[in-house]
Amino acid sequence: MDTLLSYDWFFIATSLVKTLVIIFGVILPMVSYSVYAERRVSALIQDRLGPNRVGFPTTLLGFKKDLQLFLGGLGQPIADGLKFILKEDFTPAHVNKFYFWLAPILVIVPALLTLAVLPFGSSLDFDFIFQRIFGHGFGPVKMVIADIDVGILFVFAISSLSVYGIVLAGWSSNSKYPFLGGVRSTSQMISYELSIGLSVIPLFMIFGKLNLSAIVRFQAEHGWLLFPFTNGEFTWQKIALWVPCFISFIIFMVSVFAETNRLPFDLPEAETELVAGYHTEYSSMKFALFFLAEYTAMIAGSGLVVALFLGGWHLPFIPDGAGNGGLEILHHLPNWIWGFVNIGVFFGKVSVLIIFFIWVRWTLPRFRFDQLMRLGWIWFFEIALVNIFLTAGVLALFPN
Amino acid sequence: MLKDYLPVLIQALVALGFAVGTLVVSVLLGRSARRNAMKDSAYECGMIPQGEAQPRFSVKFYLVAMLFILFDVEVVFMYPWALNYRDSLREHGPMIFWSMFSFIGIVTVGYVYALKKGVLEWKN
Repeated sequence: MDTLLSYDWFFIATSLVKTLVIIFGVILPMVSYSVYAERRVSALIQDRLGPNRVGFPTTLLGFKKDLQLFLGGLGQPIADGLKFILKEDFTPAHVNKFYFWLAPILVIVPALLTLAVLPFGSSLDFDFIFQRIFGHGFGPVKMVIADIDVGILFVFAISSLSVYGIVLAGWSSNSKYPFLGGVRSTSQMISYELSIGLSVIPLFMIFGKLNLSAIVRFQAEHGWLLFPFTNGEFTWQKIALWVPCFISFIIFMVSVFAETNRLPFDLPEAETELVAGYHTEYSSMKFALFFLAEYTAMIAGSGLVVALFLGGWHLPFIPDGAGNGGLEILHHLPNWIWGFVNIGVFFGKVSVLIIFFIWVRWTLPRFRFDQLMRLGWIWFFEIALVNIFLTAGVLALFPN
Repeated sequence: MLKDYLPVLIQALVALGFAVGTLVVSVLLGRSARRNAMKDSAYECGMIPQGEAQPRFSVKFYLVAMLFILFDVEVVFMYPWALNYRDSLREHGPMIFWSMFSFIGIVTVGYVYALKKGVLEWKN
């Protein structure tokens, strides 16, 4: 009984620490620096400079020059965040006040909640510290906030909730452009939810489970889905399965673009037609929450792509946090170092994908609405359906 | 089992706390808003708002929503099938393939009907 209680206590404490560290220590800084990266990369693509000179405002204290504490405008996100808090917090008179305030909360909470099931690392083993403090160890701590078996279904269920926030934002604004933006955004998000849902079915057939950490572990053992030979094993099944996996990857990736309202699918906030779409009437922190939610959804989407297709935290030759796999020579270092390396690998892969998101945004033009619906409902829907039977056929024809 | 979902609750509470907290901080620290008639009007690029605030919109959006519900339910049916596909294939042979094939065949009839009815024609 005593051990059970202490285990529960430990479980709750680690969950809370993981949640706080991931939200406030990783995701929020990552969001603000992806905004910065977005501005710098777009400037690079358009042959401009971008924000490159935010320093510490010592001129306010009477100095002649600002103190350049941060290199190359790296202080910009901090300045932006402060501005969001300090700006005029305006609620127009014509809006439906309660829902107008509720909408940003309904958008940001699901976006942050989807991160709970993403396995951002293998495990961390701090028993050498716990042994000293409590006299006994607790075993390695899994680097995923909620290790639940519904895994990816949870992501779909929760991420579709953010549609409610967007509808409410558009409707409660009582203004033309937000309303149209909200309607468009809803139909776009639900349409591409369908193709996301269909595109992962081949993966379920291959993995046989939904739990994301189990999926990543499967890829660590059997090779990444998109690069199936990372474990050095060549089979006919793998070669044949690569085709449907690649099709799934393309559909999933494009659908993530559509779900996160990123160009070329940013019709809900097409500036030339709808001003800023559903958040036109928002200002200060309420606007910032929409902004944060959009980038959080982008990070969560990238994390999902990494976990499903690109092997998650796994890198060939690197052992996991419990000291399994990898090169023999690397096992001389303590396990927790490899636990941290795994986390770094995961977020490194996510960062690469985010740069790809930004690159696409500043390269491709926007779709027209009927083209968007056509792409989702005709092309992706049909290709994904065929892809499911392709995978089923391959699995039947090449049993291992 | 249920204990596995406890971190989800924690995460939800932290996320909610963050959202409400930042809004409260913004209300407390932000500059207090000065109102005037122009600022209180709906934003239409600086022009005086014209027409209804919530214009009528195409019925196509409802059709898309209804189709979504139909086909999303169908997708949900496929999840348990996909998860058990490999095991069933090993134990019971290719029957599992043809069962889903016929199911999708029936659904496709409905899909083709919806397309022929012009659900995705946005021109008119």
